[in-house]
Amino acid sequence: MEFIKKYPKLFQWLFLLIVFFALCFAIDVPETYKFIRGQAEFVKDPNQSYYVFLGKEVRYYAFDVFWRLPPLLGWLPIWINDSLFFLMNEWMPIEFWNEDTQEFRTRPLVLQISRNLTAVMTFLIELIREILLGGLETIVAFTSWDWIDKNPWAELPGLPWTIVAAGSAILAYKLSGKGLALFAGLVMVYISIFGQWKPSMQTLSFILVAAPLSFIFGLGLGIAAFKSKRVEKALYPILLVMQTMPQYAVLVPALVLFGVGDHAAVIITMVVAVPPMILLTILGLRAIPPEVIEAGRMSGCNNWQLMFKVLIPTARRDILIGVNQVIMVCFSMAVISAFIGAKGLGFNLLLALNQLNIGLALEAGLCISLIAILLDKMSLAWANKQTDYFGNLTFFQRNKNILFFAATVIIGIILAYVGTFLFKGSYNYLFEVPHNKGISTADFWNKGVDWIFDTFFVYIKAFNTWLIQDVLQPMRALYLRMPAVATIVLVVGAGYLIGGIRSALVVCALTLFIAFSPWWDRALVTAYMATFGVIVSCIIGFTVGTLCFQNKHSASFMLGVCDIFQTFPSFVYLIPVMMLFGITDTSVLIAVIVYATIPATRYTIEGLRSVPVGLHDAATMSGVNKFQRLTKIEFPLAFPHMMLGLNQTIVFALFMVIIGAFIGTEDLGQYILKALSDKKGAGIGFTLGICVAFIGLIFDNLIRTWVEKRKKHLGIN
Amino acid sequence: MSNPVIKCESVYKIFGENAKKMLKDSNGNVDAKTFQENGCIVGVNNASFEVSKGEMLVVMGLSGSGKSTLLRCISRLTDATGGKIFIEGQDLLQLNNKELIELRRNKMGMVFQSFALLPHKTVVENIAFPLQIKGIKTEDSISKAMDMVKLVGLDGRENYFPRELSGGQQQRVGIARSLAVEPDIWFLDEPFSALDPLIRKEMQDEFLRLQDKLQKTIMFITHDFDEALKLADRIAIMKDGIIEQLDTPANIVLNPATEYVRKFTEEVPREKVLLIEDVMDPSTTDNLGDLKVLKHEIIENVAEKILTQEKSVAVIDNNKKIVGSINPTKIINTVFGGRKNKN
Repeated sequence: MEFIKKYPKLFQWLFLLIVFFALCFAIDVPETYKFIRGQAEFVKDPNQSYYVFLGKEVRYYAFDVFWRLPPLLGWLPIWINDSLFFLMNEWMPIEFWNEDTQEFRTRPLVLQISRNLTAVMTFLIELIREILLGGLETIVAFTSWDWIDKNPWAELPGLPWTIVAAGSAILAYKLSGKGLALFAGLVMVYISIFGQWKPSMQTLSFILVAAPLSFIFGLGLGIAAFKSKRVEKALYPILLVMQTMPQYAVLVPALVLFGVGDHAAVIITMVVAVPPMILLTILGLRAIPPEVIEAGRMSGCNNWQLMFKVLIPTARRDILIGVNQVIMVCFSMAVISAFIGAKGLGFNLLLALNQLNIGLALEAGLCISLIAILLDKMSLAWANKQTDYFGNLTFFQRNKNILFFAATVIIGIILAYVGTFLFKGSYNYLFEVPHNKGISTADFWNKGVDWIFDTFFVYIKAFNTWLIQDVLQPMRALYLRMPAVATIVLVVGAGYLIGGIRSALVVCALTLFIAFSPWWDRALVTAYMATFGVIVSCIIGFTVGTLCFQNKHSASFMLGVCDIFQTFPSFVYLIPVMMLFGITDTSVLIAVIVYATIPATRYTIEGLRSVPVGLHDAATMSGVNKFQRLTKIEFPLAFPHMMLGLNQTIVFALFMVIIGAFIGTEDLGQYILKALSDKKGAGIGFTLGICVAFIGLIFDNLIRTWVEKRKKHLGIN
Repeated sequence: MSNPVIKCESVYKIFGENAKKMLKDSNGNVDAKTFQENGCIVGVNNASFEVSKGEMLVVMGLSGSGKSTLLRCISRLTDATGGKIFIEGQDLLQLNNKELIELRRNKMGMVFQSFALLPHKTVVENIAFPLQIKGIKTEDSISKAMDMVKLVGLDGRENYFPRELSGGQQQRVGIARSLAVEPDIWFLDEPFSALDPLIRKEMQDEFLRLQDKLQKTIMFITHDFDEALKLADRIAIMKDGIIEQLDTPANIVLNPATEYVRKFTEEVPREKVLLIEDVMDPSTTDNLGDLKVLKHEIIENVAEKILTQEKSVAVIDNNKKIVGSINPTKIINTVFGGRKNKN
């Protein structure tokens, strides 16, 4: 009894586990239960039960309610789907003037809005694309196809790559200086001579539309939420769900609303990129000291001036992190949106993946990362730019960048013109290096992987077999063996022990949604993959982080490595593992581990760093050795921050597990992928996305609540 | 002195949801305790005073006494719950937003405890900020700001960012910024509290030098009684939102109105604060010794001379006219007298 009184929490947890296992053993697996048939298949089968709700028939395999809950929410995807179609095709028909046919036409309002949005996006993308690559759509937008037929000279010629490369170097020089200029130039030259020019510019034109729009919308909504509590309250749940929602899942409804192509990709990217921007804007504005606002007011600012001259610049740090997030999301979406027909590097990457051509995929991936880093650095430099008021500059000095650029344009054009003679009959390399005609290292990488595969085939295969047969299969079976009731009791009990009744209710609601959806089994598989990935990632991340923390330089180095790895499009991670381990869960899990180790490592280092220096000194003076200091002082204090890392690790892992569907898994991701090619998949895809988001949110809620409590307990903020 | 620059009539500031209604019901008799029971916190309780042109009023109080709240009511960074505030005869609480902005752009300057500089602007940009907000051209505002940089002695650092400056230097920037629009009224909210003692003394001297030159109407907030004595023309001592005493430094030291004020004055070295004129006997002007002292001298500076005398010493004004006398016993009583009562 003494023991129980001393550790009441421990006893409560033990009790919870005992109840959980008792439930697991008490409830038998029904004889008719089979995973692959599952409940989710919408095939007609006489063994199925069915019910009708809101006019929708839901068919499912009925089991003991303790084993699997009936899919009471099964009507939801169908209903979402039908509503979406109703909105698009029937709701609010209004007469619109049609330019082409010169007459009024009746069209549903939403359809018209979506068509108009599409037209605007397409125009913006084409404008930038044709400046970079040439074309005639933009001119046509202002005139007509007839006009362009009569005046064939009016086609935009596109800029030779030399001009774009030199131009970005000059821009980088103006923004930051020689270092960035050199980097910008090298990136552009690399892209060009490796024959990635056209897809890169296509991706760039997509980004240059999506990123600024996301930034403006995110900033605007963030300001609105900062100013009005009501807006914030309305936005908050959406932001929360969007943060853990797999980006895949957004694709499906957008497909219905906006169709296929770059414009749809831009809109989806905005949907995904705006939430973090909003959150960081609010965070930054909240953190401004009240005295700064008062100083602005006393300087006689009106509301407008206060916002744009005082508040936003003061919150710049967080807003810039937001910009960085926006750019990163844009590039990751550049790949994902290739699924719905966006052109560019992402498309090439997916193509290479499909052909199992690791070299080509790597090159395309590297281009994406390089452009991402370049744009990120440029936006950062732009925000930090300083004006010199005292320099007494001559006309030439003041306008040297413009003059240089003008000179570059002339030289570039001359070079390209010379090129037409130089490379007569073949490609004009001074204008554009065509795709697949540049240098390529693809063969080298492919041969490398082949060599590794050939040399270590036996070991790889043995490892693979062992992992799958002895670890993954049993683990998966265990997860699927859990009766639904036991799982819910476990999760809700954990919520109650960590955060009291409130947390328990939130967690319960989230879990029940998944349990009542038709995809509980799939969600369990997702959970099993994510759990495995998270455990291994955390072990690696915490160990590596702790080791690197012992030395200042290695810690900084490791954080840098984390930064670079995070900019890689997540698909890139799939390539090498797929080559080595084939289409198995192992491949997905290794990709998950590589990807999810990043936040685990980062937060470990940052958490250890955040331990106050005073405490270090105090500990040293108490005569502890290095190991004691680590275990007695640094770990307990850094633990809350490390748990936030765990939270991120879970989000990253879930994200990668879902992407892993591309390789072929049997979890929720596979269904999302299926929904992409299904005409009626919008509702399914969206509901699946919410399911994944809720898995993330359950852990998010538990971990955050625990961290808040722990921080309060430790008195750190 | 007929037209005070700042005039407050029964100003109240009460935080809480139905503060306005509760204030109305209380008929001006605000009791902090009953208000607190109803979820309201009294910030400023019935403050009435005037500040005339060129005068420096120091509001002194410990943290939570409502001194900063009072200042924010007068600069209308928060709206007072009740009472009237006049700035140069204008009813501050009746101004609309546009008029208020005009007033701030032209008449008011404010310095903050934590400096409140804009982190993304350099020294000169920070100082030029209020000018640029007014719509003055960049070149003009920068050249004006450079004048201010020189005034506060930061030449050569105009292109530094605030984070690259020490606390004292940052506050110089804050001071320069508040003065850039040449305001008539100058609000300072604990401007030197965040500074080290030595820097603080240096900044106080610098501040006195500036005020000597500029002759602004000043409201100065501090929690440091010595600072108040050193700078003030008049001091208002606040406690729990109420002004306990508002008087000249000498009168506060010699005649504390309440027990609370007396506690502050106990430890004050009077010889360093009081002037000869504060303690002299204006009725006796004959039968004096040869030594003459100026009435504006601080006692400490002349005490040694006076104590060597046997007779009373003549006190003269700037025109060398005898206006009173002082005897050595009086000096001794002044310096040590107060302490005796305590024991």
